[in-house]
Amino acid sequence: MKFGTRLIHNGNEIDKHTGALSIPIYQTSTFHQADIDNPPLYDYSRSGNPTRAALEQAIALLEGGIKGFAFSSGMAATSSALSLFKSGDHVLVCEDVYGGTYRICNGYFKRFNLETSIIDAADPGEFKRKIKKNTKGIFLETPSNPLLKITDLRGMAGIAKENGLLVLVDNTFMSPYLQRPLELGADVVIHSATKFIGGHSDVVGGLAVVKDENLGRQIYSVQNSFGAILGPQDSWLLLRGLKTLKVRMDFQQKSAQRLAEWLVGHEKINRIFYPGLAGHTGKDVHFAQADGAGAVLSFQTRDVDTARRFMKKVRLAAVAVSLGGVETIVSYPVKMSHAAMPAEERARLGIFDTLIRVSVGLEETEDLITDFATALQE
Amino acid sequence: MRVTDIKAVAELAKSAGIMTVVDNTFLTPYFQRPLEQGAEVVIHSGTKYLGGHNDTLAGFLVVKNENLAEELKLLQMSSGAILAPFDSWLMLRGIKTLGVRMEKCQRNAVAIAHWLKNHPKVEKVFYVGLPEHEAYAISRKQAAGSGGMISFTVKDAEIVKRILGRVRLISFAESLGGVESLITYPLVQTHSAMPKDILERLGVNDRLLRLSVGIEAVEDLIEDLEQAMG
Repeated sequence: MKFGTRLIHNGNEIDKHTGALSIPIYQTSTFHQADIDNPPLYDYSRSGNPTRAALEQAIALLEGGIKGFAFSSGMAATSSALSLFKSGDHVLVCEDVYGGTYRICNGYFKRFNLETSIIDAADPGEFKRKIKKNTKGIFLETPSNPLLKITDLRGMAGIAKENGLLVLVDNTFMSPYLQRPLELGADVVIHSATKFIGGHSDVVGGLAVVKDENLGRQIYSVQNSFGAILGPQDSWLLLRGLKTLKVRMDFQQKSAQRLAEWLVGHEKINRIFYPGLAGHTGKDVHFAQADGAGAVLSFQTRDVDTARRFMKKVRLAAVAVSLGGVETIVSYPVKMSHAAMPAEERARLGIFDTLIRVSVGLEETEDLITDFATALQE
Repeated sequence: MRVTDIKAVAELAKSAGIMTVVDNTFLTPYFQRPLEQGAEVVIHSGTKYLGGHNDTLAGFLVVKNENLAEELKLLQMSSGAILAPFDSWLMLRGIKTLGVRMEKCQRNAVAIAHWLKNHPKVEKVFYVGLPEHEAYAISRKQAAGSGGMISFTVKDAEIVKRILGRVRLISFAESLGGVESLITYPLVQTHSAMPKDILERLGVNDRLLRLSVGIEAVEDLIEDLEQAMG
């Protein structure tokens, strides 16, 4: 069965009790237990809820894993996955990781003595050099946010495996439609489902998927005891969003490619970052591990004034944090997603105040191009 | 259903530079406000009385100090364990009836506690609203009510099985604080993650049952317990 069919037919398409084509929202905290000697499948919604279970099962199937977990946000998924490590462990994190992941490593987990180091994941040599005795895992994100840097997942997972490290991959930008890290050697794949999976900028959620039973038990234990779970209503919205993942992504990706190509010739633009463009660093590696370039791109304007003007003048696109929705969203990483990162660290990574990130939505491409052209004018 | 003197503990903690964190789930702010007694952080499983309808999972923290608030805000934002808008709305909806629900739950609980106390198959009743409860005086001092939670031990474990298998109105389920009455077997449900020696010390044995009294007519609840005990 092909991916697009599996989005619609993944075991949740017909409700067992009523035949309904959409899974019921089991808005309940607890469940009646008919027999004290035989615990029921569901006993408390933190431990398991049928609506959430449908989503967890669907994402596990789509990512090629065996067990999925739904959390109250992408960061709840990330922090629950990082909770697989313990005090005294060391985790390597790719350098232009999402700002929130950076923050949780340097704040929340630092309190609990989980050590993290930043590495350039495009450089396998640096990865090997930074592995220490207490290194237990590596956290990757490719293409990265916001510069769309490419990490060779197979290569990195190979090195990680030789050194007994757990590989965690944030797959938010690609979604399982375009990239399935578990098939490339990752152990845990993480999503901010708020983005392409939900796809409508109307729900906050996170997902994690594993392919190993033992790891599944460990994440379940974190999910159940920490309790950062996704509610039934939001689980249902994500299931609803998933159904159109492929058609949305196909259109958005095509539009992003055209927009990127249009930007290439623009006099006010210095540089464009998009894996679909010839000359993008790591393009070949990307297309060896992913089935498309995705719908997120970023560009550097010639000067700061142009960037600020663009953000002010753009009309069709929403100026907002987040990405992956049906609406085109433009964001200004220095003030938004990467505001939590120290300025010198941002500068080192190339996240300048001329950088704008675009998540291309479902509007007609011509309208977006007209809007962008106007916003770039003096 | 043990009672801690919040003010005394908070004072002692303060003098030793220790932060006092109180889980106020059982009594809710309607009956007890630990921040006023010296606690720094109040925690709720909002799933219980605040939501009140056994239909939403949620948790709350409340502080009275700006610095602590900023710190918790950062932890909330970075760990991302947040409450969604729909569930926030369900909580707000539930809170509107908190007062009437708590009053009715408590009235029912008082009646059931007295009835249980006189039942020949019941060994002991733990309810802070009973004057013979060991901490009745402290409870009166720090809380405006005794809530709707009762535990009781029966004379032998077989009776537990009979009750759980035979209750009809009262549901055998985990959780508490809803409009529906729930009965729980702590040893195998809420406290199954605790080590055996701690359970023994706490008195959580195979004859202990916990009742979350709902807002049904109390006569019907008593009748249900009566027929279940046999």
